[in-house]
Amino acid sequence: MSPVVRDNTPVLRPGFRLQWEPVQNSHVLLYPEGMVKLNESAAEVLLLVDGKRPVADIINTLTDKFPNVPGLDEDVLAFIEVAHAQHWLHIR
Amino acid sequence: MLNTGSTSAEQGPPLWLLAELTYRCPLQCPYCSNPLEFANHKGELSTAQWVDVFTQARALGAAQLGFSGGEPLVREDLAELIGAARELGFYTNLITSGMGLTEAKIEAFREAGLDHIQISFQASDAEINNMLAGSRKAFEQKLAMARAVKAAGYPMVLNFVTHRHNIDQIDRIIELCVALEADFVELATCQYYGWAHLNRAGLLPTKAQLDHAEQVTNQWREKLAEQGNPCKLILVTPDYYEERPKGCMNGWGNIFLTITPDGTALPCHSARQLPVSFPSVTEHSLSHIWYDSFGFNRFRGYDWMSEPCRSCDEKEKDFGGCRCQAYLLTGDATQADPVCSKSPHHHKILQARAEAEQPQPGIEELTFRNERTSRIICKV
Ligand code: SF4
Ligand code: SF4
Repeated sequence: MSPVVRDNTPVLRPGFRLQWEPVQNSHVLLYPEGMVKLNESAAEVLLLVDGKRPVADIINTLTDKFPNVPGLDEDVLAFIEVAHAQHWLHIR
Repeated sequence: MLNTGSTSAEQGPPLWLLAELTYRCPLQCPYCSNPLEFANHKGELSTAQWVDVFTQARALGAAQLGFSGGEPLVREDLAELIGAARELGFYTNLITSGMGLTEAKIEAFREAGLDHIQISFQASDAEINNMLAGSRKAFEQKLAMARAVKAAGYPMVLNFVTHRHNIDQIDRIIELCVALEADFVELATCQYYGWAHLNRAGLLPTKAQLDHAEQVTNQWREKLAEQGNPCKLILVTPDYYEERPKGCMNGWGNIFLTITPDGTALPCHSARQLPVSFPSVTEHSLSHIWYDSFGFNRFRGYDWMSEPCRSCDEKEKDFGGCRCQAYLLTGDATQADPVCSKSPHHHKILQARAEAEQPQPGIEELTFRNERTSRIICKV
């Protein structure tokens, strides 16, 4: 699988849904007969995955929101690559 | 009831709700997970009762909801139930044999907000498929519906129950699923409870058959990965060939909640056969059922265990295995699952494996699930 680059635009795979679950106090990713409980940083990234924003925009938005986190861009890219490898999202 | 390991204070919420809407399935699979005595359970919750169950379950924290049966499609209010569940925020899964599905229904369910459809097949070959399902039209219908589900843009899970009569065709089964563009393919061997237990000798594959199936599946996985095809193959082998049991349902009453057609609440869909009385949603709140009822607390934690599980250092991994299997094979639900090589009843599993090596009755001699047989087997 080719690596994810900054001008790629990720979109959630059809049938996959991100949702806040108050009882679990976290965001979860729901898909056919499955559910993944997301940690906060994974949820922050996926909340910005809308099929319109390229990776670079996601990184900028998160850098504005969390200015003191070092290496944030690397983390975002790495997470999107993992999510892509898991087939949670498509890359355009 | 006191329970070390998980008292109700520590017990987490039910995350998965399985709504068995009805036992009125037109098919007769000889490995059906419906109880043997299903013909005696005629009662069905009303639309309003189901919506109330969904509302309570959602409030407790359930996020995944499966509509199943015996064939959920025979419920005429299915679209309404889907709509109500989706509105509450459930991820809604329809688990169907495909019988009775039409393009118009597929569209109506989509409008109601259905998230996903799973269609179950009996084999890739029309003849075996029809014989097992007890219907000649079944196979064509399923193929057509699988295509329609994809065309409507749903993610699709195809489920093939495998056993000694079809597992050697696994290559063709996978080929068919890939051609139908399934997103997930479940190749699950029967679980030997209920009807499947009754027919076990005629269903359990041999070790060699399983090894072959595993090898073919792995080859397909490599091929799919090379092609970047997201189709995921899930192979579930029968625990009869394991030396340690599966940690069934992630632990008794831990995350799964099943509601049967008449409203009986179960920690797993085959638990009805256990000599434990289970509460009904028509009499108690789901919160009481989940956290406080005797049935749901019966096998939580570790206090109920007998030896060898009680002092075993693996008990937190497998919870002593499946309670239904322990009861079916030993007559005592507090025993270790006989799949475990530490169980004093493990020879029963070894015996079944040896039996599988012998010639066994053909498909036509299996006991098919239908009302008549159900009444004969389970006289009230
Ligand atoms: S296993 Fe077969 S007979 Fe049983 S409910 Fe499913 S399709 Fe119907
Ligand atoms: S003895 Fe019981 S707890 Fe130990 S491994 Fe076997 S089934 Fe699991």
